[in-house]
Formats: sequence, structure tokens, C-alpha cells
Amino acid sequence: MLEIKDLHVSVGEREILKGLTLSVKAGEVAAIMGPNGTGKSTLSYVVAGREGYEATKGEVRLNGENILDLDPAERAAKGIFLAFQYPVEIPGVATMTFLKAALNAQRRARGEPELQTPEFMKRVKEAAASLGIAQDMLRRPLNAGFSGGEKKRMEILQMALLQPRLAILDETDSGLDIDALRVVADGVNALRAPERAFVVITHYQRLLEYIRPDTVHVMAQGRIMRSGGPELALELEARGYQDYIAQEAA
Amino acid sequence: MIKLAEAEATLSSFYEEMRDKGAPRLRAAAWAAFSASGLPSRRVESWHYTDLKTAMGRPAPLATASHAALSLPRAHDSLRLVTLDGVFRPDLSDTARLPEGVAVQSLRDALTKGEPHVMSALASADIGAQDPILALNAALMQDGVVVEIAAGTRISRAIELATLSSAEAAQSTYTRALVMLGEGAQATLVETLGARSAASAQDNSALVLRLAQNARVDLVTHLSGGVEHSIRVASLLAHLDAGATINSFALIEDDGLLRRQIFARLDGERARAAFNGATLGRGRLHADTTLIVDHAKPNGASRECFRNILDDQSVGVFQGKVIVRPGAQKTDGAMQSKALLLSEQATMNNKPELEIFADDVQCGHGATCGRLDKDQLFYLSARGLPRREAEALLIEGFANEAMEALEDDQLKAFLVDRVSAWLSRRIAR
Repeated sequence: MLEIKDLHVSVGEREILKGLTLSVKAGEVAAIMGPNGTGKSTLSYVVAGREGYEATKGEVRLNGENILDLDPAERAAKGIFLAFQYPVEIPGVATMTFLKAALNAQRRARGEPELQTPEFMKRVKEAAASLGIAQDMLRRPLNAGFSGGEKKRMEILQMALLQPRLAILDETDSGLDIDALRVVADGVNALRAPERAFVVITHYQRLLEYIRPDTVHVMAQGRIMRSGGPELALELEARGYQDYIAQEAA
Repeated sequence: MIKLAEAEATLSSFYEEMRDKGAPRLRAAAWAAFSASGLPSRRVESWHYTDLKTAMGRPAPLATASHAALSLPRAHDSLRLVTLDGVFRPDLSDTARLPEGVAVQSLRDALTKGEPHVMSALASADIGAQDPILALNAALMQDGVVVEIAAGTRISRAIELATLSSAEAAQSTYTRALVMLGEGAQATLVETLGARSAASAQDNSALVLRLAQNARVDLVTHLSGGVEHSIRVASLLAHLDAGATINSFALIEDDGLLRRQIFARLDGERARAAFNGATLGRGRLHADTTLIVDHAKPNGASRECFRNILDDQSVGVFQGKVIVRPGAQKTDGAMQSKALLLSEQATMNNKPELEIFADDVQCGHGATCGRLDKDQLFYLSARGLPRREAEALLIEGFANEAMEALEDDQLKAFLVDRVSAWLSRRIAR
């Protein structure tokens, strides 16, 4: 599904990713853990196509296709979804209007017919109900004045509607209390499927108790330092990240 | 310099033509006020960002009455009163279908009759008296419409005051509408100011609103239809008695030089005024909104929320002044002007001002000017919206913020459609 090879990324003058290699298969949930400031969010942005995050070397392939030359909307239409660590507030744009515009833009890009309002409403209502999102929230401007937990649930609602092939969750657990964390994790687990892959970026092991990963990758200093199974997350929880930071210093 | 003197000489000949067409004293006083200052240059503070003296170097001939039949499409379900090429046109208007409690006559008839209550309403000497272009309108007014809404009358259908130019050659029009609402009367007004031809018109229009106690007006103004060298100045003079309310929104779009100026006096306790608006600028549009809201009595409230969306080389101007007179205690005022620049060449001039002479008031203002937010754009793009569509959604949201106070769903839909049409053209380029 996702193949990243020797990826170097600079933001401005600074090199953040320094030869990152990662492979995620269809159906897999890959957790990426690492200390703050190690480039985890940069990785999510460069896969989603954010302006200003330039790959100076290496490649990123989605199902064999190099995606680095595509703009963010084209990548979204190909099935890449980024659940933002800090979802952006957009005053004046009703959530429902935005959802319909996004879904139909992707469908148009893929040559599929646009979804008509009744079918669209049905899908939104179902997804909202399962995530405990009130109807009146959908009429409010997107994320404007939403609590941290509401914003994260809204990200998962979008993911449920857009049905991506590769979903990257960037610290979706940050700022969530335990109840909200469970709702969000249930939303993600409901979307697990053989044809879909997840990259779950997190700082803590806690989220992985709810979203059980297939693989765990330790990221530090702009690279994947070690890969393993779920047991690696427990080891990190017990020992912290100092081994990986120390390696770099040595 | 010779050219400018020429301009004023031409206007003087217009005055000679109009001075005996009713209300001679009112016209004479207005002409004297205009002559004292002449066409406003950049040296006149309230016209600093709109150089009318240069723009009007050559006044177009005064419009002559045409009686051409004209088919005017309807954008909304309103009762329409049409002033075309400077003349009120009952044949194009819904005068036969007016609801009870509403009386309409042409301004020309009203001036000829010289009814005292109409004359005093037109001659109101207040904050607008300082403006040379409003004075010029009073001196040269050719025709227009006078609408009287009886006390207690509540009109469910909107009344559209359409002031249009249709001539094939350049012309000047000076028109004025007077709408008087009796105590507790309520009406929705739509002011349509525009052109039905591609000639460069010079239109000077005024809407005078007199609201008696507890009257309410919801007003939507659509200022459009300009071509590159057209000039359209639309003044609103609003006078509110105690407990009266005006809730207004103006959309400015298209091309040419467009200025909307508002002079509002809240002259009774608990009067409430909202003047909101959005400008959609492209090409070389120069769009100026200049307003003075004058709180003369206690417990009044005013809100101004403006959004300028400027593309290409368009220029936006917002000058807002809120005056709180001594004794107008407990005034609650909030003024906000935000501009979105969509090109490197677009320009916005923001000048909010407060003049407060009372000590127990709550008044604030804010003015910003910026570009589309990169984080918002990336967020929308990452959800699949192509760049131009993502921009369109953000621009629409930005404009919507100024429309929140609109209560008439049909008119709101009409305005939202106009914004969408503007954005579609932008996407298509």
C-alpha cells in the first residue's frame, strides 16, 4: 500500500526527515511512536502533500505510484486521508456544506457520479450517530468553537464518509479524555478492512490499547530506528525513548 | 484645471435645467452647499480614497426621459417600483398591486405638490448635509419615488426600489427615493442599483428612510452593473426615532467606481441599526463604503460588519465613523471591517473611527486585511478540494459572516447565489 524509501524532507533550511524508510501493507495498522520533535507530523504532512514540505531525496509510493508530484487534492482522491493533530477552524463554512463539497470533489476526481443530497444526508447521519455527533454540530461552521474532543470526532466522521485507502492519524489521542478516546478508537476500528491501511502516529502507548496495531515503528531523529510487533509499544512505555536519542548522540 | 472648471460648469447647466422642477428652495440651498465645495477631491477627508473630482472630469449629459418598454427579469418575489434612466416608471412597476397601508407617488409629483411632510423629510438637515455629492443629488434630483407606509402596517412581501440605467450612450442620472414608515410599521426593502446596458453611466442616487417610533426596516442593497468607466454613488440617509430598527446588508460587485455612503442618525432612545455588507471586487472595480452612524440618544445600538473580497487590481475602501453624542449613554456599538486580498495588485483602505462624547458606552471597532489562510487551504485540499474550489469555499465562508444578521430567507438565498456566481467565474478562469 504505502512504500517510503530513503525519504529526506526539508522545511525551509532545516532537514527534518533524514532517510526514512517505511512499508505499510493493505489491511495493516502501523503505529509510529517517537519523542517530540522527531518529525512525525512532518511525515504525515509530506505524505498528504503540504506546501513547504519538500522531499529532497527518496520516494513515496501509494500502490506503486509515486505521489510526490501530486497536489493534496489529487492525493486525497487517490485515497490518502490525514486526520489532523490540530484540525483547522473554518468560520462561515457550515460543516455539512464542507463535507458534501469534499466528498463530491473526490468522486468527481475519480470519475464517479456526485452523491445526491438525500443519499449524502443518510450517510452523514449514520456516521454522526455512531460517533455521538449531534445534528446541530453539522450545521455549525466547521470546527469553529468545537472542543478538542469534538474536533477529533469530526476528523473521524470525515474519514468514515470519505472511506480512504490509507488513513494517517496524527496524534489523534492528544487532548482526548478516556471516553472520547474510546469513541474515536471505536470509529477507527469500525473502518479496519483488508483493503485499507492505517498509520497511527502517537506519543503514548495508551491509544494502542484501543487501536491494536499490527506493527510498531520507533521514529527518532528523522528516521525509523526500529520496527517490531505490538510488544515493542509496551517496551517503549516501560523504557521511554532514551535509548534512541542516546544512539544518535553516540 | 480647465477641465475641472468645465465639469462644474456642466453641472451648473444641469442645475439651471432642474431648478424650476419643484422644491426650488430646497434645490437652491443644496446647490449653494455643493457650489461651496465643488466636486470632492482627495483633499476632502471623507473622499480621500475616492477621487471623484478626477473621475467626474467630464460629466455625461443629463438623462432624458425614455419611455421604452423594457423587460426586467425578476430575481426575487418583490413588489417592484422602477426608476429608469432618471424617471419613475409606473408602467414597469407594481403600483396596482400595493398592499393596504402603502401609498406610492413619483418624486416629481411630490415635489410639484410640495406637501409639507414630504418636503421636511427630504430637507432633513443633519450629518449628510456636509456631503457635496448628496447635496448635488438634492439640487439635481430628476425623479424617483415616494413611499409612505402607514402606522402599524406590516408588509410581508418585500418592496424593491429598482433604480436602473438602460441608455446606450453615456448619461447622468440624479434620483431619489423617500420611504417613510409610520409608528410601528414594518417593511422589507430591496434597493437595486445598476444598469441594463454597457454604457458608462454616472448615477447619483439617494434613499431617504424615515422611521417613526418602533418602526422597522430590513434593507438589502445590491449595487452592481457597472462597466469600466461608470460612476455610481448611492447614498442612504436614515433617520430613526425611538425604538426604531434598521437591519441592512449591501452587496457591491461588478466594475467601475461604486460608492455607497450611509448617514444614519439614531435620534430616539433604544434605536437599533445594523449596516452590514460585502464587496466582490475584480478587474478595476473601485468600491467605497463610507458610513457615519450618529448616536444622539441613550440606549441605542449599532453594528457594522463588512467584508471586502478583492481580486485583480480592485480597490476597496471602508471608512466607518461612529459618533456618540453627549448624553447618548449606554450606547452599544461594534464595527468590524475585514478584507481578503486575492491578488498582489488588490488594495484595501480601512479607516474605522469612533468619536465618543459620552462616558458610559460600550463601543469597539476592528479592521483587518489579509490573504487566504494557508492552514485552512491545506486542510480543505487534503480533503480533496482542488485549489480553486478550496479558495471558493473559504471566500464564501468569509462573505457569509457578514450575512448572518439577514432574516429574509429568500433575499439571503438571492445574495448567496450572487456570491456563488462570482466565485464560479473565478474558478472558470
